[in-house]
Order: sequence, then C-alpha cells, then structure tokens
Amino acid sequence: MTESIISLKNINVTFRQKNKTINAVQNVSLEVQSGDIYGVVGYSGAGKSTLVRTVNLLQVPTSGQVIVQDSTFFDRQTNQSHAKIINSNQLRQKRRKIGMIFQHFNLLNERTVAENVAFALEHAKLSDTQKADKVGELLKLVELSDRSQQYPSQLSGGQKQRVAIARALANDPEILISDEATSALDPKTTNQILGLLKKLNQEYGLTILLITHEMQAVKEIANKVAVMQNGQIIERGSLLNIFANPKEQLTKEFIETATNLDQAIATVSQQALVQNLQENQIFARLTYTGNNTNEPLIAGLYRQYQIVANILYGDIEILQGTEVGSLLVILTGEQDKLTAGIAQLAQAGVNVEILKGSHAL
Amino acid sequence: MSNWISQTFPNVIYQGWTGDTGWWTAIVQTIYMTFWSAIFGGILGLIFGIGLIVTASDGITPNRTLYWILDKVVSIFRAVPFIILLAFIAPVTKAIVGTQIGTAAALVPLSLGVFPFYARQIQVALSEVDHGIVEAAQSIGATFTDIVFGVYFREGRSEIIRVSTVTLISLIGLTAMAGAIGAGGLGNMAISYGYNRFATDTTVVATLLVLIFVLIVQLVGDWLAKRLNHK
Repeated sequence: MTESIISLKNINVTFRQKNKTINAVQNVSLEVQSGDIYGVVGYSGAGKSTLVRTVNLLQVPTSGQVIVQDSTFFDRQTNQSHAKIINSNQLRQKRRKIGMIFQHFNLLNERTVAENVAFALEHAKLSDTQKADKVGELLKLVELSDRSQQYPSQLSGGQKQRVAIARALANDPEILISDEATSALDPKTTNQILGLLKKLNQEYGLTILLITHEMQAVKEIANKVAVMQNGQIIERGSLLNIFANPKEQLTKEFIETATNLDQAIATVSQQALVQNLQENQIFARLTYTGNNTNEPLIAGLYRQYQIVANILYGDIEILQGTEVGSLLVILTGEQDKLTAGIAQLAQAGVNVEILKGSHAL
Repeated sequence: MSNWISQTFPNVIYQGWTGDTGWWTAIVQTIYMTFWSAIFGGILGLIFGIGLIVTASDGITPNRTLYWILDKVVSIFRAVPFIILLAFIAPVTKAIVGTQIGTAAALVPLSLGVFPFYARQIQVALSEVDHGIVEAAQSIGATFTDIVFGVYFREGRSEIIRVSTVTLISLIGLTAMAGAIGAGGLGNMAISYGYNRFATDTTVVATLLVLIFVLIVQLVGDWLAKRLNHK
C-alpha cells in the first residue's frame, strides 16, 4: 500500500451547546492516497463537511489524529486531556499547500479577480512581477484571463468557482479539498467544474477530497467513495465496487439518485407484466460490472436452466472506464431451475436483487 | 438688502466674524473638536470594535476573558450620559491636557464619549463580513494581520464608512454639549449667545450651520460608501 497523503485516524468532533452535546463526527478514520479523487457523500448534517475541515484544522477535532503529508497536525487520544497541535506558524505554511474551495465560493468581494488570486500569494517568496505572472498563469488555467480586472459580483457562479480554484492552487498545493463546491451550480456548470478538477488531477497529480451530497458528481470523477451518515462512515471502497455492490440502504439510495434506476423501477413496476406476475416468475434487478459484460449471461440462463429472461429495462454506465450494467428482468422458469440459475449468476459476479416474486424460489 | 439683513439678524451681526465670540471662531472650534475627537475616538473605537470581533467565540482568536473586558468597557462608557461624562472625567482631562476647560480639554470627553458608540457600530459592520470569506483566507494560510486588514477592514470598508458617517454626525451633536465646559463651537453659540440671550436669529443661524455640516458629512459618506462597494 502506498503512503497516505492524508491520514485521519479515529476522529471525533463533539460540539457542546447548552445542555446538549452533538457528536458531529464519531470515530472516523480515512486514508487518502496521493493521486486519489476521494468522494465523501452524505446528506446534509451527516458530518462530512466537519470531517474534511479537520484536514486543515479549520475544525479542530475533539480527539483523534490528523496527519497530512507526513506531518502531524493534531494528535490526542480519547482519554488524554493534552493535545499535540502543530504551531500556528507551521500550520499556516502547511495550509498554503492544501487548497480548499467552498459551496459559496467565498471570494473577496472588494477585490478584483486578479487581486483575489494574488491574496493567496501574499507570503509567497516571489517578486511582484513573478506574482503577477503566476496570477496570469493561474487565470489562464481556469480560462478567465479576460476577466482579471472584474469584481466577483460581475461573474457567474461557475466563473466565481473557477476564480476560487485558481486562488486555491496559487501556492501549488498537492491537495485540494472541495467542500460542496458544485452544489450551488447548475448541472452544466457543475460538469465544467468537475471536468476542470479531473484535469487538475490527471495533469498535475492533484489529490482531491470531494465532499458532496450529489452522487452524480462523485460518479463523474471520483475513484474512491465513502458514504457518511450520522457522523460515521457507513460504507467505503472503490467507485466501481460501491456502484456495483452497495451494501447499505443509504448507499443504494445515493446510487439510485445518480442512475435514474429508481425511476425506471417505479415505471416498470406499473406495467401489467410485473403487476400480474405469474407463479413461476420473478422480477429482479441484475447489476454487473465490466468483467462479466462479455459473457452472454442471459443466453446462458436459457441454455443451462431453460430460464426465459424478459428484459424490461437496461442501462450501462461507464465508471472509471469500466461498464456497470443494470437490467430489470422478468425471469420465467421452474422453481429449482430459477434457484440454480440465480446462484449461477451470483457466482459469475452478478448482483441479483429480487424486487418481486420471491415466492417462486 | 444690507438694511434688511441688519434688521432681521441684528444679534448675528453683533457676534462678529472673528474674535472670541465670532462666527468663524465657532465654526473652527466645531471643526477642530469634531476632527480630533473623530481621530482619537475613531482609533479607539476601531481597536475595540475589531477586538470584539476577533475575540468573540466564533472569531479568529477566540478569547473569552479579553472579549468580556472589551465588552464591559464599551457598555459602561456607553451607559454614562455625555453631559455627566464631561464633568466626571475632568481630573483625567486635566492630567492629559493640563486644563479642564477650553476646546482642547473637550477632546478627552468627546473621544471617550464617541468611542464606545463607534466600537459597537464597527462590531456590527464587521460582523456583516461573511464568515466564509474569513475561513477561505484561513485556508490559504493568511496571518492575523492579513485577515484583520485584508479581509475585515477591506471587505467591510463600505459598511465601515457608513457607520463612520453615522458616528461623525452624532459626534457633531456631542460637540454642541462641549460648550458646557467652555469649549465654544456652534452649539455653544446657539445656546449661550442665542437661546440664553433671547437672540433667536443667532440660534437659527447656528443651527443651520450645524445642519450644513451634517449634510456635507452625510453626502460625502454616502458617496464614498457607494463607490467602495463592489458587492
């Protein structure tokens, strides 16, 4: 296993309000490898934002360990009162190497686009001309060279976020934290920003920690996913694994928001064929990944088990260059053959979820 | 025409232009008091205002004790009516200026009278600065000074100008009371030479001059605040 660029261990964040304690993050560990685009998804209030803000100590954890690029930012065991915290001067220098972008862009309203980017270079050891050149380069990277003298209020949401990205990248960070950065943008602009993030990841090896409630965004660019609920990570893994074999109910919900499959199921379920399912029929969802898309699964079912598959809906997603297919089918066959056929499918790596008619088994 | 003026404003003319009781002298005294107490009180108010912002529990350097002290000092000074403050701090004034009466002596109570008001105004103005912007600055490794001057004062400048205008106008109001300790000025003119001597014309003219001051401050303030706002 390669060295983690970000390592969060047993992080707890507890907020104390009057007579009330809120455990925003509970014993969460997260390892991000260099070059990852790690998506953290969850509904609002799940604690994902609080969790990632511990990476640059914008949120100081109650206990746990934060290690970024081999330096320990924070270390306190649950039972210890003393915490080891990086000194503020060092922290400032480290923060310059961790870019961060936000949902509401957080640009300085009283500064031009160029000044906003230059603000991040205040302490860079560069001459004024070098700084100006650097600002120029960054604005070119985010394709806003022609806007350098405008104020944020004159820009669209997508342009503002691109300025924010330029500012976050000013000190050549290796890590970028994106805290709901596309949540306030329309779908088209979201895709542009995601495209830019992906480009930064591929061309400059930027490690990205992506917080979002939109599974669509994660599906677009992440290679790893963690799902958060009630301050805990309930499921994590590679994007492909999570999409093909989600275990938790919440994960399934999130995936459905990104695939339209829930709508398809709803529509298909209304059809007479499904409504009047026969004794020897089952209605099921088959999910499979790249490796088994080459094998003629459906034909195999008929040949070996005389099971007739009626495909009502099909969909193929390309995730990280691998196909993930979903089929809604009615399988017709004898009881024992059906059971054997489904076992065979499962063995071939196909995820079978019976939506209706389990009595036929 | 000149006949009409001398008949309508006999007392105004009697006051003269220069000299101890002259109009020009009163105008200069008002400007002098307003200007210097705006500088001293303003600096004090800015320090307390930003102090309250940064030491608050959601500030950049939360400090419960310091916040409590700043907050109480501001509250106590605000609670004292200005006319009482004038008399109350006379010994302090004497220690600083060397005398308890006169225009220069009025600067001490004026500055102390205006600063708590200004501090609260600044506190409100700066709390309008989006916390997200402060956080973004922290995330790029900005220092304390960067955040105070580069974010709070820069982002809040339009709002700061607006509250400064309000403060300046109320300060002009305070200078009128400074006449009570022999500081002169237009307020003193209106009361001592106008109202107390039944010289209504003097009162009216002095009041109009104060109004013109206020109007100029308001117009310049509004114009600046608008010009410096890019939100």
